[in-house]
This record gives sequence, C-alpha cells and structure tokens, in this order.
Amino acid sequence: MGRISTPQELERFRDEILKGRDPNQPCITVCTGTGCHASGCHQVVDAFKKVLQNYSGGNGINFRVTGCHGFCERGPLVVIHPKKILYQRVKPEDASTIFEETLLKGKILEPLLYEHPTTGMKITHEEEVPFYQKQMRIIFGNNGNIDPAQIEDYLAVGGYRALCKALFSMTPEKIIREVKKANLRGRGGGGFPAGVKWETCKNAPDDIKYVICNADEGDPGAYMDRSLLEGNPHSVLEGMIIGAYAIGAHEGYVYVRNEYPLAVVNIGIAIEQAKELGLLGENILGSGFDFDIKISRGGGAFVCGESTALMASLEGNVGEPRAKHIHTVISGLWDHPSNLNNVETWANVPVIIDRGADWYTQIGTEGSKGTKIFSLVGKVNNTGLVEVPMGITLREIVYDIGGGIPGGKKFKAVQTGGPSGGCIPDSLIDLPVDFDRLTEVGSMMGSGGMIVMDESTCMVDLAKYFMNFLKDESCGKCTSCREGTKRMHEILTEIAEGRGTMDHLDLLEELGWVTAEASLCALGGTAPNPVLSTIRYFREEYQEHIINKRCPAKVCRALLQYRILSDVCTMCGRCAKVCPEKAITGKRKTKKEAGEPFQINTGKCIKCGMCFEACKFEAVEVQ
Amino acid sequence: MESSEIDKIINQYGGKESVILAILQDIQAKEKYLPKEALEHIGEQLHIPLSKIYRIATFFRAFSLMPRGRHEIVVCLGTACHVRGGQRIIDQFTMELGIRSGETTPDRNFTLETVNCLGVCAAGPVVAIDGQYFGKMSPIKVEETIKKFRQDKSDKKEGLNGKN
Repeated sequence: MGRISTPQELERFRDEILKGRDPNQPCITVCTGTGCHASGCHQVVDAFKKVLQNYSGGNGINFRVTGCHGFCERGPLVVIHPKKILYQRVKPEDASTIFEETLLKGKILEPLLYEHPTTGMKITHEEEVPFYQKQMRIIFGNNGNIDPAQIEDYLAVGGYRALCKALFSMTPEKIIREVKKANLRGRGGGGFPAGVKWETCKNAPDDIKYVICNADEGDPGAYMDRSLLEGNPHSVLEGMIIGAYAIGAHEGYVYVRNEYPLAVVNIGIAIEQAKELGLLGENILGSGFDFDIKISRGGGAFVCGESTALMASLEGNVGEPRAKHIHTVISGLWDHPSNLNNVETWANVPVIIDRGADWYTQIGTEGSKGTKIFSLVGKVNNTGLVEVPMGITLREIVYDIGGGIPGGKKFKAVQTGGPSGGCIPDSLIDLPVDFDRLTEVGSMMGSGGMIVMDESTCMVDLAKYFMNFLKDESCGKCTSCREGTKRMHEILTEIAEGRGTMDHLDLLEELGWVTAEASLCALGGTAPNPVLSTIRYFREEYQEHIINKRCPAKVCRALLQYRILSDVCTMCGRCAKVCPEKAITGKRKTKKEAGEPFQINTGKCIKCGMCFEACKFEAVEVQ
Repeated sequence: MESSEIDKIINQYGGKESVILAILQDIQAKEKYLPKEALEHIGEQLHIPLSKIYRIATFFRAFSLMPRGRHEIVVCLGTACHVRGGQRIIDQFTMELGIRSGETTPDRNFTLETVNCLGVCAAGPVVAIDGQYFGKMSPIKVEETIKKFRQDKSDKKEGLNGKN
C-alpha cells in the first residue's frame, strides 16, 4: 500500500485488511512482552515457527507475536484465537503438542491451563481467568491482538479512526473541549488535566510549538508505559498526532528511557510505517496538516522524567530541572511552547476522540475519569499489568485481581507512586483508588507502580531503600534535595543498623519538611514521602528498631541472627557447602557415619542468608 | 575508535549540538564506554567544549568512561525486586565475582552494574546479562548463572571467597 491521501482511502484500506482476515480462522498468539521474555518466550516463538514451517496442511493457521498481555506471572503466555484459549507457562517443547492437539484436533490441554487458586478448577478461556475478569482493558486490551511491527494489525482493530475524525470533522477547539470534558488527567503522576494544558499551549503566542511524549518511565516498579510503547506503539502515535493538530504543533518528540531498547525499536518501526502510509509527515491524509515525530533516547537519569529536565536533555544539556515561574506550555523546549504528556495519557486520547467524552466519563470517579494501568508487583500471587476503572478498591486489586499474598503470609501495605509516593497500610485497604484519594492518605497515583508488601517487608528498610535511590538520583542542583536525601538516608541507615534514637524520628520529619519545601522540582518536593508515610503508619516498627534493636520483618541484616535448629537439621550439609565464610561446621550424615548437626559460628557469620536459602528442611532460623 | 567512524555517527544526526546525547549513546553502544579521544574529537567537530561533554558523560548513568567487561551483568534494584530480595542478589554477585557495582573483573570478562528498574517487575528479582533477562533470581542461582558466561566454563572464581 502506498501513501493514503484521503480518509475514504484509509477506510478502503482497512476494509481490504479486514476482508483478508477471517475472524474464525485459528491464530496462535505468543506474548513477547518483557515479563514473558524473562521466562523464555523467544524459545517458544522459535518452536512454534518450526512447527508451522513443517506443517503442510494447507488451511491457514495464523501466528502472531504480540506485546505484553499483562499476566506476566504466568508467562510465557500463549492464546489461541478465536476462542481465546489461554495456555500459561508454556515451554518450547509444548509447541508441537499445542499445534497437533488443540489446533488440529480441537482438544484442550489441561496441564497448560490456569488453575483457579482457591477452587482448583482449570480455566480454559482468557476472559474467565479472575486476573482479567475485574479489569477494564480499554487502553491496554489491544496489546494481545496486535503485532506491534504491523500497522495493518492496528488498523484492523480500528486504529487511526480517531485521527480521521479529529482531522476531518473536528476543529482544534472542539478536540480540546472534548479532552477537557473527558477530564483526562495526566497519567504520569501529576494528574494535571491534559485538556487545560493543551489549551494553554495552543493559546501561547508562538508559531513554533512542540508536543512531547514522556516515555522516561523512571519509577522503579512501574512498566506500563514500556509495555504500551512496545506492544501498541501506534496508539501513542495516534494520540500525539491528534494532540499536535489540536495544539498547532508540527514537531514532536518521544523521549524514551535508555533501559527500554525494544520500545525504541518498536516506536521507530511504527513511525516509519505511519509515514509510509501518510498518517504522519507532510499533509497527513490530505488534510493539509504536517506533523513529524523524532525519537530521543534518555541517558538513564531519573530526574529526566521531570518536564523541564527532560526538555533540557532534549536540547543536548544535562538533565537539570529549572524553576517553573513560566510553564513549559508557554516556554519549554528551545523556549517555544511545549506540551508534554506521558505515554499512557497519549494512548487515552484516541479512545476519547473515537468514543466521545460522554462515554469516557461514565468510567471512574467524580474527579478521576477513565481507567488506569497499574503494575501490580511485589508480594502478590498474580503479578503483572492490570487496567482498572478509577475508583476500584485496593482490596479488589490485591485480592480479586492479584489473587492475594503468596505463601499464606499477611498483607501489610501497598506502595504507590514510586519514590514520590507513600505506603498505604492494611487499615486503608478498602480505599477507592483515584488521584485524589491516594493523595489524601499521603501517597500519590504516580505513574502506576503498585508494590504489594507482606509481613516480611521491613518499612524502615523500604524507606532507606527509597532514600538511597533518591540521593543517587538527585541531580544536585538544590542543596535541600542533594543534602536532605543524603542525611535522611544516613539516619535511616543508623536506625536499620541498631544505632537509632527516638530523636532521629523528629529529625527525619524536620529534614523531610525542609527538603520538600526548599527544592525546585517534584523529585525533592516529594522525596520525604516514603519516609513520612512509613513513620505515619508504621511508627511502632521504627520504635522496635530503635528501642528493642529488633527488625520484626527480619530484613535489616545488622539486627539479625542466624541459627540452625539441631533437632530439625537432617545433617545433609547443604548449608555448609554454600556458606561463603566457612562459618558452618558439622558432619554430614552418610550410610556409614551418624553425622553431627550443623551449627553456625556467629563470629564468622556475615549474615548473607545463603544457608537459609539452601536449607530444604527449614532448619535455619532467623531471629 | 577511528575518527572516521565517529564522523559517520555525527553526520548521521546532522551534526547539531542538541544531538550530543544520541552521539554519545551510539559510541557507548559500540565501544561499551566513551574513549577520551572520541570525546575530544566530538568536541572539535561540533564546537562543544570538552568540559560540557564531560559533564553530560558523567551526569547520565548510561555512560562509562572506563572500558567495560565482555559481559555486562545488570542487577535490578527496583522496588519490586527490592522487596523480593534484590539486594541479596547483588551481594551474592559481589561475593562470587569479587567486584562491586560499577567495577570490572581484572580479566575484563564481567562488569557488574545495578539499575534502578529494568521494567521487568513481575519477574523480580531480575538480572540482565548482555540484555538477556533472568527472572525470579535467588542467591542460590547466582553461581550457575555466572557460569554460563565464563570464558572457560570451568569453576574458576575471580572472587575473594572462592571455594576452590
């Protein structure tokens, strides 16, 4: 297909694609998102390709490699369309069996099905799996139906229809009104209304304007933007083109994180394909509107997720933020009005334009409309990416979708908002999740990391972890942030190592206040949150470290003591074998010799925990 | 690195000052570090003072001014990996290889690095070696994982605590 120069031509092309596709024809889709990559999906893909190559049955069986489906815990995932049979934890050797049994004979392979954790029932179809049932996948759902390297796949699911509508039946003003009416709030963390931002940028007096996609997803524990860019890059591009048209920008940038090489590749392919078809570049679809997008790779600095730092980096400078007396929508990149939104925000735009703000605002709560993608990770059974309507409770996310806490352990808290966010304790588990509620309880939405923690997570250690992160990532421009994070980390280390005093808690609160008040950007402004929220909700745990020199979660190494229970020890000697310090002595039990129970020389022990990991009989105790 | 190669990279981006980050990234990808001569050459070509290039090269984590090992081990210390014991994984690598994060083994076979999040959170703790992900790591698995990348595949240890 060559360049498309009218919306009618695009629709004809779409019809052609759809005509060539029989929805009832079987199609094997394999998830190749990063979660599945870590569980070995590429070998599964190769195995399927080999099986299909050797098959000469004639009737077409389609094969599609897709982006992330979300249920990363159970990867590699294989879904057989049209019935959407879900096979989980598929191994390369399963490929031929799946092909012969399920595709040729229509038989379901029980061992590969997902088993309901409580009822033990095998579940055949994707939509029946509890993990997917409570989700509302309006943004993320197409990931499973699209090969990100094929623009035809995106067109087949209605892609670029919203762009046609925007360019040919809406004025820029009307688009902005629609986005404002939908109350689309920035999904990158701030939650600022996107429509208001667009309007200010549009009205800024300058001929040159920029739109920027912030894909510098730096929050640890969040990877939804990565999965969107990797799995459905055209949805982000379409949002950006619509935004650029509304604002009056002709140049755009996607600033992608250095750690996401596949996202860079896939968005690059998408840009090329969109240009070839005339959906990007000069005179888009014959509308007279020109818009081009360039990719810029980040350098691996967390602070570059901040808008002014990101723009400084785009200009070829170090990524330091500046004061925002004048907002970037008035004077941003190279001093021109620049509208920056996050990946997920841009991906929401085509949905709003296509289905209308009235439909969109039915989803969510009063102040937060639509859905939000969370990365549900940490100590939870079903880890992965979940898209839920705003207002869903934490309990529903953790228990109904997440399947609860593994190993029968007790739920302790959820951390949201990355290093800028806070911990939400057990007592607030029925909290409806939206921008405002999360802020009220001392956390924030952030980009959507949701880290579940159980009783074996230490809150002092967690606060120390975040402070270590922030002190490393502080760009150093503001003294309050540079020094404040460093001193807070030092104090937390004192507490974690048993040298803390009760005065330290007051000092932490004071330092936190100064850091937040006196720093320029949001990194410093929100840096104390992990400390203040853990002190607020888990004060006793701090006291336990300070007064009793004990770490109840058994994490803070300096306060631990390892011991081998002689009555449980089977004298297998595994612990002694793995001990790097040769601190474990005893005698192995063999057929000839009775053996001696093993014991740890506490003077030599460096508390690495290897013996605890190695012991299969739970004979190593941590105190 | 030949200056003609560097010129090729510079020209590819149209030689504008703003693309300095992209140029440095390409050189880093190719050489696995930023050689001093390359930085000097870029400065001359783009009329950027070396001090500014040095500032950028040391500000961003993606760059290294020291030569790297053949294999780059990146241990994720994102929050999801942290709560599942990521710190113990890096400690174990340090113990096995005898180097800390940011260092390279004397035989230049391994460089050990940490990262604040690899974005593979569901599979934590995660380690990436030369871009290949290893999910659900545990301290016990560290030794066998390293072995896959050892030159002579033997049990030889660089570490201080070798058990040989």
